[in-house]
Amino acid sequence: MSNSAAHMQQSETELPAVIAQLYQKFGESAFVRQHTAEGMPTVWVDRDKILEVLKFLRDEASPRFEMLLDVTAIDERLRVHRDGQPDSDFTVVYQPISFSGNCDVRIKVALKEPDLNIPTAIGLWPAANWHERECWDMFGVVFTGHPNLSRIYTPPTWVGHPLRKDHPARATEMDPYRHDDDIVDTEHEAMKFNPEEWGLERKSDTSEFMFLNFGPNHPAAHGVIRFALQLDGEYVLDVVPDVGYHHRGAEKMGERQSWHTYIPYTDRIDYLGGVMNNLPYVMAIEKMAGIEVPDRVKVIRVMLAEFFRICSHLLFFGTWAVDLGQLSPLFYAFVDREKAFNIIESITGGRMHPSWFRIGGVAQDLPNGWEVRVKEFVDMFPKKLREYDKMVMANTVIKQRTMGVGKMNTQDAYDWGMTGPALRATGLEWDYRKDRPYSGYENFEFEVPIAVNGDCYDRAAVRVEEMRQSCEIIRQCLENMPSGPYKSDHPLTTPPIKEKSKLDIETLIDHFLSVSWGPVMDPSEVSMAIEATKGINSYYLINDGGSGAYRTRIRTPSFIHIQAIPFLSRGLMLADFTAVVATTDFVMADVDK
Amino acid sequence: MFSFEVGSLLNIAVVLGAGLAVSVMMIWVERRFLGFWSDRLGPNRVGPFGIFQVIADAIKMLFKEDWIPPFSDKFTFVLAPMILPIVMLMALAVIPFAPGVGVMDLNIGLLWIFAMAGLASYSTMLGGLASNNKFSLLGSLRGTGQMISYEVFMGISILGVVILADSFTLRDIVESQRDGWYVVPQFFGFIVFTVAGLAESHRWPFDLPESEAEIISGYNTEYSGMKFGLFMIGEYIAMVVMALLMPVLFFGGWHAPFGLEFGTPLISGLFWMSVKAGFFLLFFILVRAALVRPRYDQLMSYGWLVMLPLSLINLLVTGAIVLYQAG
Repeated sequence: MSNSAAHMQQSETELPAVIAQLYQKFGESAFVRQHTAEGMPTVWVDRDKILEVLKFLRDEASPRFEMLLDVTAIDERLRVHRDGQPDSDFTVVYQPISFSGNCDVRIKVALKEPDLNIPTAIGLWPAANWHERECWDMFGVVFTGHPNLSRIYTPPTWVGHPLRKDHPARATEMDPYRHDDDIVDTEHEAMKFNPEEWGLERKSDTSEFMFLNFGPNHPAAHGVIRFALQLDGEYVLDVVPDVGYHHRGAEKMGERQSWHTYIPYTDRIDYLGGVMNNLPYVMAIEKMAGIEVPDRVKVIRVMLAEFFRICSHLLFFGTWAVDLGQLSPLFYAFVDREKAFNIIESITGGRMHPSWFRIGGVAQDLPNGWEVRVKEFVDMFPKKLREYDKMVMANTVIKQRTMGVGKMNTQDAYDWGMTGPALRATGLEWDYRKDRPYSGYENFEFEVPIAVNGDCYDRAAVRVEEMRQSCEIIRQCLENMPSGPYKSDHPLTTPPIKEKSKLDIETLIDHFLSVSWGPVMDPSEVSMAIEATKGINSYYLINDGGSGAYRTRIRTPSFIHIQAIPFLSRGLMLADFTAVVATTDFVMADVDK
Repeated sequence: MFSFEVGSLLNIAVVLGAGLAVSVMMIWVERRFLGFWSDRLGPNRVGPFGIFQVIADAIKMLFKEDWIPPFSDKFTFVLAPMILPIVMLMALAVIPFAPGVGVMDLNIGLLWIFAMAGLASYSTMLGGLASNNKFSLLGSLRGTGQMISYEVFMGISILGVVILADSFTLRDIVESQRDGWYVVPQFFGFIVFTVAGLAESHRWPFDLPESEAEIISGYNTEYSGMKFGLFMIGEYIAMVVMALLMPVLFFGGWHAPFGLEFGTPLISGLFWMSVKAGFFLLFFILVRAALVRPRYDQLMSYGWLVMLPLSLINLLVTGAIVLYQAG
């Protein structure tokens, strides 16, 4: 359980096992090691070796690194503090994760302009496909051998690569927008649907296919996502998801905001996760700043995060039932969600996006009488869950509709980067909260629900059971809420404790700077992941000594999960497709960032 | 031979008027009751209990832009929504409400209703085809397939009743239930008829032609304004017809249960008929609130593999018993 903590300390003093193995296999001279604030083993390797290294990690290393959690890039051209790191204009970062060994490794590859290309990792992990498209779209890094290296977030007519440091971040930095006829024509031309471009055949030997444009406005699409469906009658032959309608450049905004003022943006990443989005972000900064938060803060954070997990899963549950054709559960789920939101509102003042966690604490202490409302909820909710079990989970038609539909096994989940309930539904018992406890989860007693078949029914059943466990965690928070301050007594806590500013001029200046500029920390890199509502959500922050991030990388589970939808739904009927889409449980803001 | 008896003009006006009014009111009733069953209030703002919501809805619908998609087949597009309410009103015409109340008595009343229900499927089919929209096309295909399959055993399921009553005239069927409702001897017929009736009127959970989670709104995706309104009203009339057929065929029509007759036969008949039909209307709404929509292939195999054999066995057994009793 305390694996990660031990692991972290180890890395400071001795060589992590994975790096030792890499040295042994490829020779120490092939790598440059880098130390990061969170202690994740990080090495630089040459572009020519990257595939071999990744393949070694996937197949031969012990423990094996089963999943490619993230691929991203960093524009290093304006970065000042790069001590000891190889010279690089654009750095591609791979982050495989080992579930069996419960450890991470970060592999970096330095690329120099104008030779920005690197071999694709799709052959090793199909999930690399979209990650690499994103890197190309955002940074212009070319992945050689990639079958479809096209724009993923920005429209095909976009000029430039938004996350490059020389790309404007605001409309005011750009020329005024024109909407001339020629622009309209080009845009229209780019919007034309040509199945061949999407890799879809128009007909087979026996039949001519129908292409159905499912979305971007479709009742069951759960947001602005578009699926191009290739249909033979009602059978779905192939699906091509098209995302980016919700892209707003959250990572780019992170480069302009201070550490503190970026917090509200995180709420809107997975907009059903509320403050749970704040959690990995503030924890990453706290790690960078060396802030140890008081116990009360930890428990308050856990309690609110679990309330949001319940809210998010309830929304999933209701919409899932509606997508299958059952009307009422949605309304019942929304009634309960409303009760949870009322509690969240009375504690934080906000409902879906409270932006309530702070660097080193939370915004306010719990209000008087919070225990009464929380107790009402934890007493009421398990009963409601039992009702839902009877009404939905035990329903024969629901079972017929979802059992055996959209199946995937654990290996498929590894290949497609599925985390969270989708991974646990395949039978792997791995939960960030259990296996790498953060924010004091090690002090709670709860189960990690798993299922075996990895089909639509199992994915839903895991989520229902998670709601029960979350309710249990909230009950434990209620019963064991520690007393103490709601903010850390650390100088970098933002905003700092107000009382102290009244003592002398030094603390007043300190307070003033902290509030107006925000905290400034020593340059470093840090990443922090949590078990978010939909899977592993991680923030990878690069601090170049400014008052905000030099680069903010947000690894969102929904983005990765969408990629698996074609794999899950080929050969199913249209009605099954909506079941698959529903149980993938994505939020478009989380997909498009 | 084809023979019929038409009621007085007053009769016709009152029955058709009441039928239409009830169908329109169903918009409010359904929303209100769905609301109650899903922990909501439903429309409660306009008028007492929100009852004038219907008028508000009608005004909205009438004044909405009457848009005909330029890519549609215009003539068929306009024609399709008219078919459903017209044929459903024609079906309503043969239903006997009480002694002496009804638009007409037809000696092939039951067959007439089936003919009308069969014609109604053209509304779905043509509406979907004329829209020239892929979602509509899928919806109309589903609707047509569903109608054809479910009509087969819907017909077979009530042949038991016809054998027992020895008549296709609905008034005779009601009269022959004076001493016992057919729901007892024809229980399986009743079950099959209920399911098929839901499927015929596209009621949840058999609303596959317009299942919004899959094909947006199916055959009526491109419809708006009053043309959509006609589809909606037509569906409610179908629901009312179905709710009236239930008591007529299986629950003794206007006959009072347990001898609870009061007043004149006319008043008592109208009262009990309304109670029974109202019960089934609410039952249909409850079904909508509670059940899950099956997948299209499941619906089909359920129909052909379960409902059809069940209705056939029911018919054979009924026939055998009647023949045996007749000696």
